[in-house]
Amino acid sequence: MAHTTEEVLAGLAELINDETGISPDQVTLEKSFTDDLDIDSISMMTIVVNAEEKFDVKIPDDEVKNLTTVGEAVSFIAKAQG
Amino acid sequence: MSLGAARGDLVVSNDELAGPIDSSDEWIRQRTGIIERRRSSAAEGAIDLAERAGKEAIAKAGIDPGAIGAVIVATISNSVQTPSLAALLADRVGATPAAAYDISAACAGYTYGIAQADALIRAGVAEYVLVVGAEKLSDFAKPTDRSISFLLGDGAGAAVVGPSDSVGIGPTVWGSDGSKWDAVGMDHTIKEAFEDPEGEFPTLRQDGQAVFRWAVWEMAKVAQQALEVSGISAEELTAFVPHQANMRIIDEFAKQLGLPDSVLIARDIQTTGNTSAASIPLAMHRLLEEHPEASGGYALQIGFGAGLVFGAQVVRLP
Repeated sequence: MAHTTEEVLAGLAELINDETGISPDQVTLEKSFTDDLDIDSISMMTIVVNAEEKFDVKIPDDEVKNLTTVGEAVSFIAKAQG
Repeated sequence: MSLGAARGDLVVSNDELAGPIDSSDEWIRQRTGIIERRRSSAAEGAIDLAERAGKEAIAKAGIDPGAIGAVIVATISNSVQTPSLAALLADRVGATPAAAYDISAACAGYTYGIAQADALIRAGVAEYVLVVGAEKLSDFAKPTDRSISFLLGDGAGAAVVGPSDSVGIGPTVWGSDGSKWDAVGMDHTIKEAFEDPEGEFPTLRQDGQAVFRWAVWEMAKVAQQALEVSGISAEELTAFVPHQANMRIIDEFAKQLGLPDSVLIARDIQTTGNTSAASIPLAMHRLLEEHPEASGGYALQIGFGAGLVFGAQVVRLP
């Protein structure tokens, strides 16, 4: 079932909160995972794997490096749902 | 039957390594769970560490080293293509003329060695087998590398495996995924280093994110399989001894496995570092020193690393 962009953002914010404790209202599209949210590459991977399961998409290792902001991650997931 | 351990003679703090990687003690602790690691001084090589660990295991097993039928050394630290470290180790511990060979299976090397020892003894080809994981990874650590260098430590762990009336080593679940050959390994070849006038000695590097994902989620499946084929459930385990790759991997792995709180989890990496093939026997040796009551209980050990390769088995703690 394809989620809307808003749903993907909300879902992703929940996953980020589970992994890091960061409040979902802090997770906005323009934020950078590393610079703004202080999420390191290891936590990022856990969030990615959980997002794959939650949204039933595949996010290859090569692609993860390109997802530097929340917005980029949301776009990728929304598009990958097909 | 018995374990032996040897760690590098130097204690190297995070502060000593943080400068060249433009980092800090806090960053290293947070990323890896390492407070300090052991490394060897110039005078001490992988073979010396192997000898110390091997002799301890042999003494604790209470056997004549001459009864050892095979010496297997899992290592990536041999400084020459040939001869093997195992041949020299056999000589040093008094096991000559035992069969002797090295295994190149990175951080899965020790579990591969245990699988082999188990098979050799069951086949009647050897009565006792000395399996050693021995590494001097500091020889392959580039101080400015931010992907892996600060994780690395030096050490050796040894096990004497022998015949028994009851099963002490469960069926091995092992394998490889060569499609990820580039995920962790050397940054260039020896030949390339030699041909380049400014060439540096090859050192270790990794694609940390790819390795983390594989090590946690794929290896959790392997660990489950190892439990299933051994007929031991997570609740029956006394200890979980994963390759000490990174504390974050150990934590997430344990979470994925859903281990009960009663299971002891080896976290030797905290003060030893990642010693590749040596990490499992070193961690197990330490766990038993700190929890002697664990002896005789079941432990799930799993190694995984460059190749990518992996190996897991449930064993009885000596």
